[in-house]
Amino acid sequence: MFEVTSNRQLAEGVFGLSIKAPQIARHHHAGQFCIIRAAQHCERVPLSIADKDVHAGTITVVVQAVGHSTQEIAGVQAGEFLLDVVGPLGNPTNVGKPARGAFVGGGVGVAAGYLMLQALKGAGAEVVAIIGFRTRDLIIYEDKFRRVSDELIVTTDDGSYGYHGLVTEPLEQQLQEGAQPDLVITVGPVVMMAAVAEVTRPYAIKTIASLNPIMVDGTGMCGACRVTVGGQTKFTCVDGPEFDAHQVDFRELSERLKMYKTNESRADEAGAHHCQVEPAYWRLDERNG
Amino acid sequence: MNEMDNKQRLELPHQQMAELPVDRRLAGASEVNVGYSEEQARAEAQRCLQCKRPPCVAGCPVDIDIPAFIKLISEGRYADAALKIKETNSFPAICGRVCPQEQQCQAKCVVGRTGRPPVGIGHLERFVGDYLVANPQPVSSSPEPTGYKVAIVGSGPAGLTTAGELAKLGHEVTIFEALHEPGGVMTYGIPEFRLPKDIIRYEIKALLELGVQIVHDTIIGRTLTIDELFGEMGFAAVFLGLGAGNPRFLGIEGENLRGVYSANEFLTRINLMRAYRDDYDTPIRRGNNVTVVGGGNVTLDSSRWALRLGAETVTIVYRRSREEMPARVEEVRHTEEEGVQFRFLSQPMRLLGDDGDVAAMECLQMELGEPDESGRARPIPIEGSEFTLPTDLVIIAIGARVSPLVPIAVPGIELDEGGHVIVNPDTLETSIPGVFGGGDLIPGEETIVRAMGDGRRAAQSIHKYLIDRE
Ligand SMILES: Cc1cc2nc3c(=O)[nH]c(=O)nc-3n(C[C@H](O)[C@H](O)[C@H](O)COP(=O)(O)OP(=O)(O)OC[C@H]3O[C@@H](n4cnc5c(N)ncnc54)[C@H](O)[C@@H]3O)c2cc1C
Ligand code: SF4
Ligand code: FES
Repeated sequence: MFEVTSNRQLAEGVFGLSIKAPQIARHHHAGQFCIIRAAQHCERVPLSIADKDVHAGTITVVVQAVGHSTQEIAGVQAGEFLLDVVGPLGNPTNVGKPARGAFVGGGVGVAAGYLMLQALKGAGAEVVAIIGFRTRDLIIYEDKFRRVSDELIVTTDDGSYGYHGLVTEPLEQQLQEGAQPDLVITVGPVVMMAAVAEVTRPYAIKTIASLNPIMVDGTGMCGACRVTVGGQTKFTCVDGPEFDAHQVDFRELSERLKMYKTNESRADEAGAHHCQVEPAYWRLDERNG
Repeated sequence: MNEMDNKQRLELPHQQMAELPVDRRLAGASEVNVGYSEEQARAEAQRCLQCKRPPCVAGCPVDIDIPAFIKLISEGRYADAALKIKETNSFPAICGRVCPQEQQCQAKCVVGRTGRPPVGIGHLERFVGDYLVANPQPVSSSPEPTGYKVAIVGSGPAGLTTAGELAKLGHEVTIFEALHEPGGVMTYGIPEFRLPKDIIRYEIKALLELGVQIVHDTIIGRTLTIDELFGEMGFAAVFLGLGAGNPRFLGIEGENLRGVYSANEFLTRINLMRAYRDDYDTPIRRGNNVTVVGGGNVTLDSSRWALRLGAETVTIVYRRSREEMPARVEEVRHTEEEGVQFRFLSQPMRLLGDDGDVAAMECLQMELGEPDESGRARPIPIEGSEFTLPTDLVIIAIGARVSPLVPIAVPGIELDEGGHVIVNPDTLETSIPGVFGGGDLIPGEETIVRAMGDGRRAAQSIHKYLIDRE
């Protein structure tokens, strides 16, 4: 049993939970995630670790309540308990020593970026963050990002806040203006990550995507999380979650996320709020073939 | 009872175990084998010739004194019979159900060699195992604590056995398990209708009563490191029982289409995550025309679950023939009775999709050639023999590799070419001092009884290792 120490609504349908999990907090590195099962009848839901406090022994996850199991997690109040929290899973982000790093995130995927940016900063990089949301009410983590980035660009699809448009547009502008990062990390809806990869590909900028396939165990035991990277099958939970974005078969990942589209599903969680912009992103993906 | 001679014993009929009728099997998850009645058990026990040099024992991976426990059954001393088994095998109720007896003890049985059915050693083992579950015996006095702490990684049969044996020797034992329930494959892989989960729960409870602690949701190498175990946490030795839970895929086109599962995923969703029950959230694709690839127990378990989830047809595609199937014979019979079809000598070549969902499997017909490394006839493709099976759910059950977490849990541990952990065959100690290993992560038969046998041996060597240090 894992105690929830705080639960705050961050945006419409989006909740930030801090959870007492000292061992996970202590061993976690940026890029790693956890799996949470709220109660006996619930699914095991993989979630990025958005923040941690090693001293207090807590981790923070950001959950969008779309399916039943995510609603159950989001509904656990401070002082109540989650049945299972296991982690940290996956490999840490290999930030290397870039002079300039960029984080491009969308929707709740943004939450994963905060600790990655901290890691980039810690490695001495100048960092730019471009974070996109459908609309102003869904914006999360803006303040936190402002604190850790040298430059922050917030975009909304509907223009209700910040830059009006897709995250790839300011990214492209930056690249054209010659402000080129040595490393781009992208986390968010699959279509967005695919589009980011296509923007950076012509510039041959190292780009890593943190993938969000369906998972069950998170220990390499089931293969639900398999993805194709550079023509090879990889298990995201043990080989990832980060892969060379220029090698990832995003189409396949996107298709696989619809495995239970008749059931309520993680597919919705991953793609839902970007549905309207999906065609625009896939056009970008096709641009470079 | 007056003594019979061997000739009379040989004439005694073999006791068939009652089985659930097929319609009732398919309506739920109830166990198919109903078990022996007391009368049946005693009658079957009479068939044993009490051989002086019993070949059955040589066929048993954990050297159970088979004639001795069978004799106790014929005397009506069921608890004593179970305790006799427990001298070398901690879990008779489990092994009696899942051991491949027809390849082990029963294959060697003298009665069987006369052309008659061999003594039902497995059924008898199960009978006394169940008797003990229903009539628990008082535990012998608790041992003198040694003051040593031992960590067990993984709660499969290897880890559970090691834990129990070490606890009985007075060590303080903690099991760390990655998943949210203990039992390893016995919990997430083997179906309820073959191994009821109540039995696992009973055995786990017995371990807890011995003082063993089980910590769930803890992945060694991620949640805790081995250095911490040996360091601040004060463990003096570690046993690795991480298993071989890393599913193989065929590596063919279309394998990542929607509707293609590894057997591990399909079975885990059902067994561990209870997808077959309405009161659980776990989603699962059920499929109307299901195809399962492989020829082992895992293949059969998947096919039978698919039927129970309502499939119209379930077809097993296996590249060799019936004779080469590594599955338990009884399971093959049950599977056929339930209506699963077999396509032997067939090799999947690619999977065809319809808008992202699997729709058909293209196969090639094979013929059998010379025996290969495994000693089984090698399947050779027949040119131009392609055929297509329409299917909306494909389950790949062609085996597994050692857990990819092994080198993460124990950095620098030596592995062989096949990825198995290298151990000293006598002590089961790995290349890292104080770290022992057994079960599916070391080379050998991938069976529950072997994993349990390893656990016992490892417990003995860990005990020796700890005492010798003094
Ligand atoms: C579907 C199926 C049916 C089978 N049927 C039969 C049968 O009828 N008869 C038979 O004899 N054998 C059968 N087998 C084989 C048998 O189950 C295995 O040989 C046996 O379970 C191996 O035991 P083990 O203890 O080595 O590992 P496992 O049972 O695999 O257990 C390993 C455990 O370790 C945990 N773990 C892994 N890594 C870590 C880590 N880093 N930290 C903490 N915990 C960790 C895993 O979560 C798991 O619970 C079957 C296997 C399957 C998959
Ligand atoms: S070989 Fe058969 S008959 Fe002989 S002791 Fe074993 S079970 Fe009994
Ligand atoms: S989630 Fe099961 S193998 Fe990755």
